[in-house]
Amino acid sequence: MATATVVSRPLLALPADWSAEKDFKPIGSITAFTQRTIEPVGPHFLAHARRARHKRTFSEDDRIQAQERAQKVEKDEESEESEAEDPMMLQREAKDWKSQDHYQVLGLSKYRWKATEDQIKRAHRKKVLKHHPDKKAAQGSTEDDNFFKCIQKATEVLLDPVKRRQFDSVDEKADVDPPSKKEAAKGNYYKLWSRVFKSEARFSKQQPVPVFGDENSTKEDVDTFYNFWYNFDSWRSFEYLDEDVPDDNENRDQKRHMERKNTNARKKKKAEDNARLRKMLDDCSAGDERIKKFRQEANAAKNKKRLDKEAAEKKAKEDARLKKEAEEKAAKEAEEKAKTDREANKKAKEAAKNALKKNKRVLRGSVKDANYFAGGDAAPAQIDAVLNDVELVQGKIDADEVAALAGKLNGLTVADEIKAVWNAEVKRLVDAGKLKEGEAKNLA
Amino acid sequence: MAEKSATPGVAPGDRCAIGISFGNSYSSIACTIDDSPVVIANEDGDRQIPTVLSYVDGEEYTGNQAKALLVRNPKNTAVAFKDFLGQDFKSIDPTHCHAAAHPEDKNGTISFTIQDQVEGEPSTLSVSEISTRYLRRLVQSASDYIGKKVTSAVVTVPTNFGEKQRDALIKAAQAADLEILQLVNEPIASVLAYDARPEAKLEDKIVVVADLGGTRSDVAVIASRGGLYTLLATAHDYEFAGAQLDKVLMDHFAKEFMKKNANVDPRENAKSLAKLKAESEATKKALSIGTNANFSVESLAEGIDFQLTINRLRYETIARKVFEGFNRLVEGVIKKAGLDVLDIDEVILSGGTSHTPRIASNLRSIFPGTTAILAPSTSPTALNPSELQARGAALQASLIQEYESDDIDQSTHPAVTTVNHISNAIGVLTVSEDGEEIFTPIIAPETAVPARRTVHVEAKDGGNVLVKVVEGGTHIKVTKPEPKVKENGTKEDDDEDSDFDSEEEEEEHREKIWKIGSTLAEAAIKDVKKGGKVEVAITVGNDLSVIITTREVGGKGGVRGSLKAP
Repeated sequence: MATATVVSRPLLALPADWSAEKDFKPIGSITAFTQRTIEPVGPHFLAHARRARHKRTFSEDDRIQAQERAQKVEKDEESEESEAEDPMMLQREAKDWKSQDHYQVLGLSKYRWKATEDQIKRAHRKKVLKHHPDKKAAQGSTEDDNFFKCIQKATEVLLDPVKRRQFDSVDEKADVDPPSKKEAAKGNYYKLWSRVFKSEARFSKQQPVPVFGDENSTKEDVDTFYNFWYNFDSWRSFEYLDEDVPDDNENRDQKRHMERKNTNARKKKKAEDNARLRKMLDDCSAGDERIKKFRQEANAAKNKKRLDKEAAEKKAKEDARLKKEAEEKAAKEAEEKAKTDREANKKAKEAAKNALKKNKRVLRGSVKDANYFAGGDAAPAQIDAVLNDVELVQGKIDADEVAALAGKLNGLTVADEIKAVWNAEVKRLVDAGKLKEGEAKNLA
Repeated sequence: MAEKSATPGVAPGDRCAIGISFGNSYSSIACTIDDSPVVIANEDGDRQIPTVLSYVDGEEYTGNQAKALLVRNPKNTAVAFKDFLGQDFKSIDPTHCHAAAHPEDKNGTISFTIQDQVEGEPSTLSVSEISTRYLRRLVQSASDYIGKKVTSAVVTVPTNFGEKQRDALIKAAQAADLEILQLVNEPIASVLAYDARPEAKLEDKIVVVADLGGTRSDVAVIASRGGLYTLLATAHDYEFAGAQLDKVLMDHFAKEFMKKNANVDPRENAKSLAKLKAESEATKKALSIGTNANFSVESLAEGIDFQLTINRLRYETIARKVFEGFNRLVEGVIKKAGLDVLDIDEVILSGGTSHTPRIASNLRSIFPGTTAILAPSTSPTALNPSELQARGAALQASLIQEYESDDIDQSTHPAVTTVNHISNAIGVLTVSEDGEEIFTPIIAPETAVPARRTVHVEAKDGGNVLVKVVEGGTHIKVTKPEPKVKENGTKEDDDEDSDFDSEEEEEEHREKIWKIGSTLAEAAIKDVKKGGKVEVAITVGNDLSVIITTREVGGKGGVRGSLKAP
């Protein structure tokens, strides 16, 4: 409660003997109080809660609130700030309205296409108040309402959305020129191009427009940005630069000719504009370090893949080779082993054959030693018969038994002993059923 | 009041908040349009929507449609259920549900057994379920009116609504997809509704809010200090309320009916009783507007139609006891607050029963002429008493809906709301015409601190003046044929005496005068211009320390001093 109530009764008069330091005499303090709960309701409670929670005193709170209010006012005023009027502009003829800068006329050069409808209206009002022809007449100057007409024309164009677009399309003062290579090389490449694209973005049918970003932008962002701009859908048109079509009915052909000319001019300008944008984009992307970076990264990734693949192939080949070698080696070894085995077998067989031959010779020798079991000279028939029997026995028994028999017979020279051995052998064979009774009887 | 409740999820920007006055008999809903509160009519065109929920053949009815069903479908109609929220079955008063669905104790929750489906067994619906369904209908009506989904609300509750009841109400509302921003005490909402009028001036005043409802009457004494409200005393009464007035009329009409039709008592048949009650209530309302009202019921009992005209005087005579009860209630609560009727600056009548002219004129007679009685019959600028709470709630809703629920919780935390209040006034001494020293209050008693007030005191003769800051108390000076001054301490005893006296002895004159208490500080302002003014600003800090700044208005310098906290 900053407002003061007025009390009509007068204050006490100061007693003559009253005195105090700094004219103030504290005497007591508040004697009685209670704790109660205030209701958290109403605008004044909100103020109380604000003070209590931020621990502000009344005057602090007042000051802060006042500051907040004051700031708002200041902002309002800031937007109202007027720009200086160019004396040349004030001299303009209203009939040349096509070439005038409508934003400058209304003092909105700073905002241009960004100016809101409200700003335009307010600017118009301000200019009207200042330049109204009646006011000029009152000041004694001639009735020159040219600039006033300029103002009216500017407002007419800018408050009509269609006309405003047409004007904005050719408002070159709002363009930002692309930076030259030299400028961009100085390090603020992203900042400079960003500004260019921000200004170009005003023509986009699609809003919002992807931002240019900076050196830290991701690949997706950059791709989106360039894709968007290479497929840019612009509303920019060039009707505003049309030559005036004669409005009289006298010359229809002339009129049509002009219209055709205008249409062609528009198309041409539009094509030029598209080409311009494309070139600008090419220039921009050519100098864009990010694209190079991404390409290198992509290449690195691709190379890595290839190397990996090669290494894997090499390894597989090596493995196959090693395996093959091992197999070959094993086969060779096996072959050699088989060969040696075969040779050994052969030798053993020959040895056995030789042994058998030798033993057989022993057997045959034994009967010879025993003189073919004949007393005196043995008849050839007897010899043959005995040798046939020996052959027979030899054929019936295997090499080991031949060897055993040979062992028994070896060294024996006495005919009877030899005969006994042969008898025993034949007997054994007969018992074993290898010889029939009566066979090899010469030996028995 | 710490509401730990609000559903997180409704962002302040998406909120559409309304104020709801959820009563036992009637409820209302209000929204704000261009900062001024508007009470919303439901689809039936009612701004006071009966708190009744009824089911017929699975069809849900609320408001007046449901109330009309009390006659032929009382079993499936729930009434007066709001006070049952969050209560034990033991502690509820089921009187008002006698002619409707009866509350039952089901596993410790109060429930109604209601046939709410077309077929099958009747369902057992808890009080919170009934409330949820009713609130959903209120919210639907509000959404239809505003054209946007209502997400949040400020709801008014009686001052004696317990923590459990508050929680139960918040839960019931959440079940109806309604975020409760804050629960506001009913009398405070009424004061806010008056204080938010554009013509209202911000002043320090003591307000009595008499909320006379259908089933209960609540009276509160509120100190309004610089827009901050403090409850000084409250009283709740279940004996003197609108239902009693209905009862008086019902008895009257029943007797008249029996005079013509002997041995037929419409009060003995449930259906006749329901018809009698409904028409009595309508007659009561008609009597608040006109001086005559027609009571007319077809087939009141045993097929006999009944019609009778009653005038207001007759009504006031037969209802005198109840009217006097209201007076006693108001006087009682003022006494409870330790105040006198002379201390009361405003009496706000709220609630449907306050439309009755007699109640307002009775109150007019017990208060001094300086007290404003804000009721339709005594003040042409008074707001509709039935709408006050909903309006206040809607205002509060519009104030806080842009805050996060956390912020609201923190601001309503007891640490913020519990503050010191000074018991004595603080003021300066001035000179009266006959040269006496008179206390001029700057900060009124019962002001919440921190507080700051500024006054401009005239210094007629100029020169050097003394600003003497003192505490002050009031006492009631009763001027009888033999004048006698009574002290503050014995004031309470005086009240009753003087009340009786005042009716008998016309010459008795009572006035409130300031008594000069202990001196706090003195300051001197020198060489004040003739006819100049001296500004005295007193700021009482949180800890009851005092800063006094005084200077000549338009002058330089001035005196500044501070007093320590006690």
